[in-house]
Amino acid sequence: MSEPLLDVEGLYKAYGQHLVLRNVNLAVDRHEVVSLIGASGCGKSTLLRCINLLEEINAGQILLNGEPISAASPNADRVRQRIGLVFQSYNLFPHMSVLDNITLAPRKVRGEGRAASEGEARKLLARFGLADKADEFPDRLSGGQQQRVAIVRALALKPDLLLLDEVTSALDPEMVGEVLDIIRELKNVGMTMMLATHQMAFSRQISDRVAFLDAGRIVEIGPPEQIFDAPEQERTRHFLERVLSTAP
Amino acid sequence: MTVELATANGAGARHELTDAEIERLLAPKPAWTRADVRRSIAIAAVSSIVFVGAAAFLLGRSSGWEAVRAAFFSWPDFKAAFPKVLQGFALNFKIFMIAEPIILAIGLLLAVIRSGRSPVFFPARAAAITFIDIFRGAPSLLVVLTLGFGVPALRISGVPNTTVFWGSVAVILTSSAYQAEVFRAGIDSVHASQRAAARSLGLSNMQALRYVVLPQAVRRVIPPTLSGFVALQKETALISVLGPLEATRQAQIYASLNFNFTSYLVAGLLFIAFTIPLARFTDYLLARAAQRETVGGAV
Ligand SMILES: Nc1ncnc2c1ncn2[C@@H]1O[C@H](COP(=O)(O)OP(=O)(O)O)[C@@H](O)[C@H]1O
Ligand SMILES: [Mg+2]
Repeated sequence: MSEPLLDVEGLYKAYGQHLVLRNVNLAVDRHEVVSLIGASGCGKSTLLRCINLLEEINAGQILLNGEPISAASPNADRVRQRIGLVFQSYNLFPHMSVLDNITLAPRKVRGEGRAASEGEARKLLARFGLADKADEFPDRLSGGQQQRVAIVRALALKPDLLLLDEVTSALDPEMVGEVLDIIRELKNVGMTMMLATHQMAFSRQISDRVAFLDAGRIVEIGPPEQIFDAPEQERTRHFLERVLSTAP
Repeated sequence: MTVELATANGAGARHELTDAEIERLLAPKPAWTRADVRRSIAIAAVSSIVFVGAAAFLLGRSSGWEAVRAAFFSWPDFKAAFPKVLQGFALNFKIFMIAEPIILAIGLLLAVIRSGRSPVFFPARAAAITFIDIFRGAPSLLVVLTLGFGVPALRISGVPNTTVFWGSVAVILTSSAYQAEVFRAGIDSVHASQRAAARSLGLSNMQALRYVVLPQAVRRVIPPTLSGFVALQKETALISVLGPLEATRQAQIYASLNFNFTSYLVAGLLFIAFTIPLARFTDYLLARAAQRETVGGAV
């Protein structure tokens, strides 16, 4: 088991003429948690969307379990099932109950029966303290509850890799904790995760490695102690000074 | 924590309200008190009497009124024309009932094709846009005349040759083009992040459309779609130019045989009677949607 779960090699991504990711190289091992930090607009979301194959890439390749997944292929839908993505704005389906939000993909994509998938969904909901919300509609839930449901929805497909894109940025401060608790719990059970975040303290606490992005490049990557306490790059230092001086 | 709420008489309550006071404050108020209702009825009645009286007085003084009344508002003619016109209206209703589901299906199909992004669908998309441009742009009457008189004259075997059939086809084509635009507006109103969320779960493009985008899109365009129902019911009257004995045509026949136009009033009232419930139902849905919007909700 020497090969990494995820391997991003020489990735370039442009929107039109605007180059957003430049030569991104990153390998993520099984059970590893890697966080992406960097200023707004540096390309964190784009990188996560590329890995989830929501965006076509311009150059380079992405391998999952050693298998190239980024080449245009009819298997993209199958690959996406193995990579969960949770968005900053939750993106729950407002016309469906919590239970239907969670079981839609297992039923329609995996062909699971309703009873089986609902049983699984209820188990997951209970595990994350949402047992009584199964039949609610998303607009009846608080932001923190919605985001927890969104995480459960991504987990229902038992993905190999979970991508979390600033999942607490849209939340009121008092709801951040409940979402971070879930992520901690997922780390404890060995979920491989990549998370874009502005929560430096949390990132330091949960990450095995931290990658600092600037203008579409990974400027520096290493264990949290290195990045936060002894950054080697001037740009990393500069970013952290700016962020930590404004943080509470 | 001090509660500061505006009380009914507008004064700010500076003291802590008791539970009973809060309960009274939050108790649902009847939308209309009985006094309100009585006053409204009185005002409406007085203004109606004044208005109708003035109109009757003015009309009665004009020399032509008697002639107008006899020609357009004759009770005996109303009774005489009613059965035939009603019978004709049954045809309008039948055309409506058959056409509307077809229009919804074609409209949805066109809208889906039109909002497809993949280059594979370029030819289909171009065809859909052309179709919509043509049938939305051309006057309905022109389409009805062209198809209704034109196609039966070709005597194509294997297809119905009646004017009712081709007139209905014409109405369906025109209305489908409109309905397609209604559905497209609904599809465009669903935020791209919804599709992204569905795709990220491994749903295919078609599944994302079917389970996530379309249900939301269709819900949002129910009011304009019901307006389309009302418009269609009226458009069925256009088929009268082709000859089928629908309500308008029956009214026309009565009018020319009896030199009296009350039959048109009959037809008009029938159409209006049919469309008013639809219109009020649309109002109700719009009001409900507006309310839900102000209450707010995520996404
Ligand atoms: N769909 C898009 N079309 C064009 N430009 C985009 C799009 N999405 C993101 N960008 C641009 O790409 C850059 C990186 O954005 P993003 O990945 O969202 O950054 P981050 O998540 O780090 O804040 C930004 O300059 C942004 O304006
Ligand atoms: Mg972002």
